[in-house]
Amino acid sequence: MPKVTMTSHLYRFFPALEGLEIRVSAGSVADALAELNQLAPNFSDYILDDTGALRRHVNLCINNELIVDRKKLSDQLGDEDTLYIFQALTGG
Amino acid sequence: MSNLLILGTRKGTVIIDRQAQGWVVRPIEHAGIPICYAARDPRDGTLWASQDNGHWGAKLSRSKDNGASWEDLSSLKYPEGARHITQRPPLPDDSETDSQVELAYQGASVYKIWNITFGTAEQPNRIYAGTIPGGLFVSDDGGDTWALNRPLWNHESRGGDLFAGDATSQNHWMGTPASMDYGIFEPGIHSIVADPSDSAHLYVAVSTAGVLESRDGGQTWQGRNKGMVMDYLPDGEADWGHDPHFVTACKGAPQYLWQQNHCGVFFSDDGAASWRKVSDTDSGVHFGFPVAVDDTDGRTAWVVPARADSHRMAIDGGIYVARTTDGGETWQSLRTGLPQQHAHDIVLRHALDVSGDMLCFGSTTGNVYLSENRGDSWECLGHNFPPVYSVRFG
Repeated sequence: MPKVTMTSHLYRFFPALEGLEIRVSAGSVADALAELNQLAPNFSDYILDDTGALRRHVNLCINNELIVDRKKLSDQLGDEDTLYIFQALTGG
Repeated sequence: MSNLLILGTRKGTVIIDRQAQGWVVRPIEHAGIPICYAARDPRDGTLWASQDNGHWGAKLSRSKDNGASWEDLSSLKYPEGARHITQRPPLPDDSETDSQVELAYQGASVYKIWNITFGTAEQPNRIYAGTIPGGLFVSDDGGDTWALNRPLWNHESRGGDLFAGDATSQNHWMGTPASMDYGIFEPGIHSIVADPSDSAHLYVAVSTAGVLESRDGGQTWQGRNKGMVMDYLPDGEADWGHDPHFVTACKGAPQYLWQQNHCGVFFSDDGAASWRKVSDTDSGVHFGFPVAVDDTDGRTAWVVPARADSHRMAIDGGIYVARTTDGGETWQSLRTGLPQQHAHDIVLRHALDVSGDMLCFGSTTGNVYLSENRGDSWECLGHNFPPVYSVRFG
């Protein structure tokens, strides 16, 4: 099952996730975020905007590659992949 | 008399309590998160803070135990299909005319929740929120769920019904520089006035469009910019394009409204049917952001003048508050207790408030000043706060 790793900044809002090894089902990034949302209600509101697209100042990577589809989050996660969630180096 | 101050700052929410020994500052809440507006609901004591979290989006935070604990709300979102005409920021070397620029649309997303206003006593669970990009949201369950006011979103002045299809009219709502922080150029609603005597009566102020009024609970809206003047547009008396920095009304006599505008201080004594400019440029009363009006006397108001337009600094390095008691015909400069040299403080639109005889303001330089005698004299509550975005008595 794919693994999810996230910036520690998000533990401030979702302390229940801290220290967890998070595994989700293989599938699209959108599916993975839906599973994360079940684990931590409202989690996706911190990652996605009102239209369901990735927030401007948030990046997602599958292994070492930034995802391509920031609007529909259709990039696919394989069993051995890791999804990284982190803040883009903008803002302050 | 209020015993609580709540401040929205660049680094969190600051609550200051009046105790026997004076005003005491609590440890900061929402530490590190910009709070663009914070206030206490006078009806049930709930504290509200609007988080302007750059990476993770705008969120409301609510405390039902007087600030001991807070819960983040994520329910304020534009409905599917809400979109707006994408604004193009004016560029210094602009050579394209509007007619050459192809109209583009953008799905709406909440960038900033700029203001929170509480409904009347007759509607105890009603709360309003104003956003960039120019949405008025309404909650009727104390903030658990929110709905976009569609008649205002689809107002003719901003292009017509953009849910239904293409624009049917020209968009007259411009973009505020405040929205550039988010990489966009969109208008914002920063002022919402709920008439305490009539729960169907509302005003909103849009930067940079103007003032709109509804007499039917938000079902229809009319522009209320008669008498307003602009010094930056070819037609200075156009219906739209005005830049109110803040609009407020007298609680006890809501037909008296005040507006601190980019182009002056404006006063209305007829419920915004007409405005008149009441600047006094000789004393510096002209440009600024906040305005506060007395709770019962609609002709008494306070502003914090600043040096416009390219500077946006305190005038001659000294801070003062100007007070009128005659509807802006004359102004007094109140300086006692305020620094008169080497001060470069700016007071933003939500960062001045009045409660009875008390006034308080906070500056972008992190200074907070309080007066307990209607501005005649001032004491400093602290010099080292983060930049202050809002000050409200609780």
